[in-house]
Amino acid sequence: MTIEALPPAGPGGGLPGTDPAPVAASAPRGVLRQLVLGDRQAAFGALVLLLFVTLALAAPLISPYSPRGKVGPVYAPPSSEHFLGLDDGGIDMLTLLIWGARVSLLVGFAASLMAMLIGGTVGILSGYLGGRTDTVLMRITDYFLVIPDVPLMIVAAAIWGQSLLNIVIIIAVIYWTSTARLIRAQVKSVREQVYVKRARALGAGNVRLIVKHVLPQVTPLLVANTVLTVATAIFAETYIAFLGLGDPSQISWGKLIQNSLTGGAIFSDAWWAIVPPGVCVTLVILACTMVGQSMEDALNPRLKVGHLSVHRFRLRRPPVKAGAE
Amino acid sequence: MRGADYVIRRTGAALLTVFVAVTLNFVLFRAVPGSAVTALRCFHCTKQFKAALEQELGLNQSMWQQYTIYLGSLAEGDLGTSFTDHRSVWQNLKEPIMNTLPMLVIATVISVVMGVAAGVVSAWRRGTRIDRLNTWAALSFYAMPTQWIGLMVVFYIALRFGFPVAGIRDPTLGILEEPSTWTVIADRLRHLALPALTLGIGLYGEYALIVRSSMLETLGEDYVLTARAKGLKNFNIVWRHGLRNAMLPLVTLIALSFGYILAGAIVIEEVFSYPGIGLAVINAIDQRDYPVLQGAFLLLTFAVIFFNFVADLLYFKLDPRVTA
Repeated sequence: MTIEALPPAGPGGGLPGTDPAPVAASAPRGVLRQLVLGDRQAAFGALVLLLFVTLALAAPLISPYSPRGKVGPVYAPPSSEHFLGLDDGGIDMLTLLIWGARVSLLVGFAASLMAMLIGGTVGILSGYLGGRTDTVLMRITDYFLVIPDVPLMIVAAAIWGQSLLNIVIIIAVIYWTSTARLIRAQVKSVREQVYVKRARALGAGNVRLIVKHVLPQVTPLLVANTVLTVATAIFAETYIAFLGLGDPSQISWGKLIQNSLTGGAIFSDAWWAIVPPGVCVTLVILACTMVGQSMEDALNPRLKVGHLSVHRFRLRRPPVKAGAE
Repeated sequence: MRGADYVIRRTGAALLTVFVAVTLNFVLFRAVPGSAVTALRCFHCTKQFKAALEQELGLNQSMWQQYTIYLGSLAEGDLGTSFTDHRSVWQNLKEPIMNTLPMLVIATVISVVMGVAAGVVSAWRRGTRIDRLNTWAALSFYAMPTQWIGLMVVFYIALRFGFPVAGIRDPTLGILEEPSTWTVIADRLRHLALPALTLGIGLYGEYALIVRSSMLETLGEDYVLTARAKGLKNFNIVWRHGLRNAMLPLVTLIALSFGYILAGAIVIEEVFSYPGIGLAVINAIDQRDYPVLQGAFLLLTFAVIFFNFVADLLYFKLDPRVTA
């Protein structure tokens, strides 16, 4: 994971709870150790993620059969040659799952990286510049929050066509909002820190302040948030693929779930075509949630107070709090 | 009255959002290279047909003209005419919406009951095996793709226990004799039960987690300690003192998760071939029925905006600490 890439903590770390949320108060190496050793949840999540990422990367090397070749009868049950049986086209299910991980994870990571870029930029600009820019950007964010996400994805995918890139863009464009809000709140508090004010008084320009002082403070949270968004994006991909709006030439877990419906696996009593793709999706989403959440916990001790609060299970978009600015 | 200006401000914001949604809807369906007709990839259409279609949709006029026409007809409640059956979009969508609503209501009831029960037990017995089991279950169900839960329900429940797996009405009903009202209702409920259960399972995890955290917070409050000191029974403390206060986030969350409920409903309706709004959207996409798609999307957006608005007001009404 990207934990290694966390920047050194800025000088802004105060006592937790004494001031509004200086992020990354503890040293990042401590965070890493805490994540891997101290937190079984995070360790489990990281392990699962690592396993699936490895599977996805090594798909051409380790998949036992071709993901497009018919190797036996339709819906052949699991056997010693095919651990998870065959699907409605006589293709090895295990192979399909491994190749599906590739597309699903790619969409997940690419979309959340893009969402992080959009959300991070909007959040930093909004929080740092404040004033009218802030108002306008937050209004836009608010509108994105009320648009029903899945219908929008469906409509957009139907209109713009069904390539993988389009799906990544659509997901990113829908899910950047929670990142933007979170980052904005952090930037607002960082901006008021004494050392930032001091740097400004010494003549540092906006760009320098953002790059040197604000960015290092919010990056860890941004990374944690991105890990959480991966879960959302993978979830969204299964929806799009399930409704037949995914790239028809790509094998993803969402497509496999769709295949099990359209191919009639249910009536062929072929559990091996129905159960595994869903289990994979669930495992990866759980893993992302755990890693992301533990990172946030470790980075921001204040969040521990409201353990399991609404805002930290961001599989679906967080609700807009009443009276939020 | 407390917070009259709050209500006015929220109403204003909601109306503004509606306007933006309407505009976005207009832009979204036109922000494609070429016209909406070519974008819908109507491969087998002739040139003349496309031209006629563009004429009918007013796509050959300027953007601004199109926009004013679109706004004007919307103001009259006209969502356009369907490509496929030439009835109005509203006529096309009315019945699916009426089919989806009962499912949403039943699903919400199921998920709230399950979520509150699981969350309260978890918070009450925090740190025990029951709590861990509950939290894991809630998290796992939360992480499952809704359509997959639907497939599992069909595969492991519907087929094994003889529930109908498709449609909303038994096709043989009423062939031999006029069915009684009771039979019709029972038949409808049998068709509703599993889609609603699926949606309920998909939702309950989130509710359980929120009730748990909210309960944990509430149980740490001083007045709970006071209640304990007064010698109240545990049960009374948890249900009367704890839950009543812990329900606050849940109430608003229920209203706010409407958008997600709808999303779940779309894929579940596909799994169960349940003729609701979701299936209408999917069919509209399959048939490239662009006015119906646009109308459905607009109505769904309105619904979400409305429920967000309701959530805002509810939160304000229920929690006196919220200031306007």
